[in-house]
Amino acid sequence: MEYKLTFNHYQQGLEQGKFLGLKCNACDSVIFPPAAVCRECGSTDLTPTELSGKGAIRTFTVIRVAPEGRKPPYIVAMAELDEGPWALGNLVDMAPEQADMGLLGKRVTLGSHVVKGDTYATDDTHVLTFTLKAP
Amino acid sequence: MRPVAILGAAMTKFGVSEKTNLEMFAEAGLEAIARSRLEPRDMEALFFGNCLGDFEEGQLHMAPFAHAELGLPVSAPATRFESACATATVATRHAALLVGAGVYDVVIAGGTERATKMGTSLATRTFAMASQAQHESAAGITFPGVFAMATHLYAHKYNIPLKDLKRHMAGVAVKNHSHGSMNPKAHFQKKIDIDTVLGGMMVADPLQLFDCCPFSDGAAAVIVADAAKAKDLIKDPVYIAGMGQASCGPLYVQKDLTRVLAREASIAQAYKEAGIGPDDLDVIELHDCFTIAEILALESFGVYGFGKAYDAATKGETTLNGSRVVVNPSGGLKAKGHPIGATGAAQLTEIVEQLRGESGPRQVEGARIGLVDTLGGDLGTVCNIILTNGVN
Repeated sequence: MEYKLTFNHYQQGLEQGKFLGLKCNACDSVIFPPAAVCRECGSTDLTPTELSGKGAIRTFTVIRVAPEGRKPPYIVAMAELDEGPWALGNLVDMAPEQADMGLLGKRVTLGSHVVKGDTYATDDTHVLTFTLKAP
Repeated sequence: MRPVAILGAAMTKFGVSEKTNLEMFAEAGLEAIARSRLEPRDMEALFFGNCLGDFEEGQLHMAPFAHAELGLPVSAPATRFESACATATVATRHAALLVGAGVYDVVIAGGTERATKMGTSLATRTFAMASQAQHESAAGITFPGVFAMATHLYAHKYNIPLKDLKRHMAGVAVKNHSHGSMNPKAHFQKKIDIDTVLGGMMVADPLQLFDCCPFSDGAAAVIVADAAKAKDLIKDPVYIAGMGQASCGPLYVQKDLTRVLAREASIAQAYKEAGIGPDDLDVIELHDCFTIAEILALESFGVYGFGKAYDAATKGETTLNGSRVVVNPSGGLKAKGHPIGATGAAQLTEIVEQLRGESGPRQVEGARIGLVDTLGGDLGTVCNIILTNGVN
């Protein structure tokens, strides 16, 4: 079984401002980030697709006690993308002090930023970002 | 599957320890064996839990060393289990499955952890390794952060003002610290009040320090045996009535974090095997790693409807001598402490003692059926074990 869209390809997409996922040919659901099988129906009949990069915040937190190597405070949020999947990332255009329940439901645009590797996860990684203001 | 019993169960004091992982496990394990009126040479296998020994002590492959500490026979295999915070419960379930299947008659299961050795910053980093590495821990999510996001979702979904929800969550901490004040094995043995909780430093909005369980050191172990032989060994074995275990993926797959899908699947298996439902439970040791987690768990069990458990603690329904069902009489992870590789076996120890009437000032009167609930990682693993004392 060939992995249709690897993490490496997904990362290259983010580098170019593209949000690459998979479309399930069996049940039409969209898989993002990419995986080996459709999470809804288990099918492996998947075709790469590009997502719109739009969604709405469903929840968030402000991390104030951070893992080794990270500088708090920063916002981690989950957004529901317009194509259906949920994604986790960093909300980057709001000061952590201003983050409150009013964020829930707010429209966001996806982007990405590079998180440097550390002693344990050595690769630099493109991580999703959310912005409230359209670019 | 043939019936399975738990004989002896034991735990070290939880807290900050100068002892090594192996020394703590030897203390708990040897006491569990002695309480079973058995010798180490009677053990046919070791199901050993440890999560972060490589970071705590530079020690991988700890199971055979634990085996040697206990003096087990060479013929008894020792296998390490790692399911994040659910580690020891998962180890015990697999021990019980193999005893039930007739592969072994008597085995030892449990775990050990020395989390305080790492310090807060490294401990926070290593615990976050239980989140999906590429997409989620890379974004800097932490364990408190996961449950903080669940809290915001809960407040929004059920239209409860966050301030009110936080007061009720504080009630969970107050209750569990009150229970912990009666447990000489607990990490924290001091009562706190709502103002203490609401005055704590912010860890991950909206969770404050006292919404969170501590990093702890400790070990716990149980002896799992063929029920037909249990009565010959001790007078009051406790029986495994039902078990469940289920798995869910990363947070982005789980979506609505207020519904712990792995727990709903796991508890359904356990209820079915035990032939009971939520109203039959007398005592529950559940995974209150954060105050909101206790609320979510009670809803997954069906003890409360969804969106209905948030004020259970403040209404006095889940406290010792309360009006509904006693939840976390040991103090829970919140006050008893949370050495992650040992936690499940310590929850089992509490329920075993409760069902034997050995819990002293925190005894749940007439307890017959108890539930153990342990959650691993960011809601990715849940394991449940229902125990009964066989008294109808």
